[in-house]
Amino acid sequence: MDFIRNIDCLRQIAREVRKDILTMLNKAGSGHTGGSLSAVELLTALFFAKLRHDPQKPCWKDRDRFILSKGHAAPVLYAILARCGYFEREELLHLRELGSRLQGHPDSKFTPGVEVPTGSLGQGLSMANGIALAARLDGLSTRVYVLLGDGEVQEGQVWEAAMTAGHYKLDNVCAILDNNGLQIDGWVKDVKNVEPLAPKWEAFGWAVLEIDGHNFGEILSALDKAEEIKGKPTIIIAHTVKGKGVSFFENKAKYHGVAPTNEELERALKELENA
Amino acid sequence: MKKASLREAYGRTLVELGRENKDIVVLDADLSGSTKTQMFAKEFPERFFNIGIAEQDMIGTAAGLAVAGKIPFASTFAIFATGRAWEQIRQSVAYAKLNVKIVASHGGITVGDDGGSHQAVEDVGLMRILPNMTVIVPADAIEMAQVIRTVAAYNGPVYVRSARIDFPVIYEGTDYKFQIGKGNILREGNDITIMAMGLMVHFALEAASLLSLQGIESRVVNMSTIKPIDRQLILNSARKTGMILTVEEHLVTGGLGSAVCEVVAEEYPVPVKRIGIKDRFGISGKPDKLLSYFHLTPQDIVAEAKQLLNSKPRLLRAVG
Repeated sequence: MDFIRNIDCLRQIAREVRKDILTMLNKAGSGHTGGSLSAVELLTALFFAKLRHDPQKPCWKDRDRFILSKGHAAPVLYAILARCGYFEREELLHLRELGSRLQGHPDSKFTPGVEVPTGSLGQGLSMANGIALAARLDGLSTRVYVLLGDGEVQEGQVWEAAMTAGHYKLDNVCAILDNNGLQIDGWVKDVKNVEPLAPKWEAFGWAVLEIDGHNFGEILSALDKAEEIKGKPTIIIAHTVKGKGVSFFENKAKYHGVAPTNEELERALKELENA
Repeated sequence: MKKASLREAYGRTLVELGRENKDIVVLDADLSGSTKTQMFAKEFPERFFNIGIAEQDMIGTAAGLAVAGKIPFASTFAIFATGRAWEQIRQSVAYAKLNVKIVASHGGITVGDDGGSHQAVEDVGLMRILPNMTVIVPADAIEMAQVIRTVAAYNGPVYVRSARIDFPVIYEGTDYKFQIGKGNILREGNDITIMAMGLMVHFALEAASLLSLQGIESRVVNMSTIKPIDRQLILNSARKTGMILTVEEHLVTGGLGSAVCEVVAEEYPVPVKRIGIKDRFGISGKPDKLLSYFHLTPQDIVAEAKQLLNSKPRLLRAVG
């Protein structure tokens, strides 16, 4: 796909993606609103301005790969994939329905553009490492991007995988941490504190970049910079707001796994239109 | 009696496969000396990945390698592979239907001295319950080599269980060809069918010889594929001999005995007796002592077979 580096264009796409997320969640009647909205800019930048991929040829061998390790944010991935052209946007309205290709959590068996199934947290980085090791063996220039949640890094396997990527110096792996501060039971710092994050990843042999995860300028420059860092994997710790873009969803743990009602959808779409 | 190591057979076959196909890659979790993946690591260091003592990450990494078109073989002890990393196998391998081969050594109680923590008595059950998974327990080193070649050519998730100790050789000098999903009749008889997996296959053959001396003729089946189970052979045996004895170095729940019962109960009920470990974990001891302790010797099989034969009329009345 041709890259879009114009920030106004990316903002426009992000706004449309947010509307799609809210609309499909409302139609489905269930799903994960907050953690989808917090990752909109991150995925928009990645898919429209960085990832070498081709919706017409989803299995192109040398493509870059994206793994949504925080699989519950499936709606944002589906909205982006549809907008990229992997499937029709109309299909988004069948999210979570029996017979739909859009499963509640990403499933590579059904959905074009989904590389691996996720949903059980903590497993995406290991798979990213495997793809990165294979690319290295095959001499491919593939880069592997993986989106982690901040609550997700409470899973031990994340740190096993972090150690592996550090040990094998997988500079073709770029993790992005959607650091929205909330998990189902409340603030991450209250449930079980994961901070300090940057020194942890550094200690595991990673380069760490910290950005505002809703600022396209910062996201693009971090993604560019990560590509230039050699000899170690990079993690971009993106500070985000759960529920971002809809004032009454922002920073509310309650909206982790709740879909907008009809009334909430109407208010939210109005708010996005006027933003 | 000639014995040979299934682990050595695995290591040697991996090296051969590695020479034939550059997409074969191998992972281990700090047990490459025991699992014999070290043999592959020596010849193909760039295609061997030691993930350290991190079985969950090893399975996930193997899944990623499979996504990218490699044929990963991931090895460690059976309990760590199937227990520690069970949910990773479920999500990243079986659910994803990826081409990952999990080949575990140290199945069963013959692990010996290390004790129950290291003796996998539930691994076959843990893997058999997973959709998309194929489960294989070879009976000797020759079959092990064939199994490894076969699963390398098969596209999909597979679990293969081997053992720490050497097994008596069964298939030397035969033209046996392992096929996924096919049991192998090693001895014919009309009185009773003994179906076994792994080390117990040879014990079943020994038991059949002893029974023959007493005028009891047994059909002995090596049921090396536990999933998909050979339904036709089970039903054929049920019809032919009217009763089935299953023998496994595994819990009697979840493994071979359960698989056979499921087929028989639904399609052609005949008496089945399951020999195996009964709802308990292993303990430390020498392998031969443990086999006696857990009643997994040829003599135990003989005793159970005779008991089953004696109870046949009563059991048949019960199911009839």
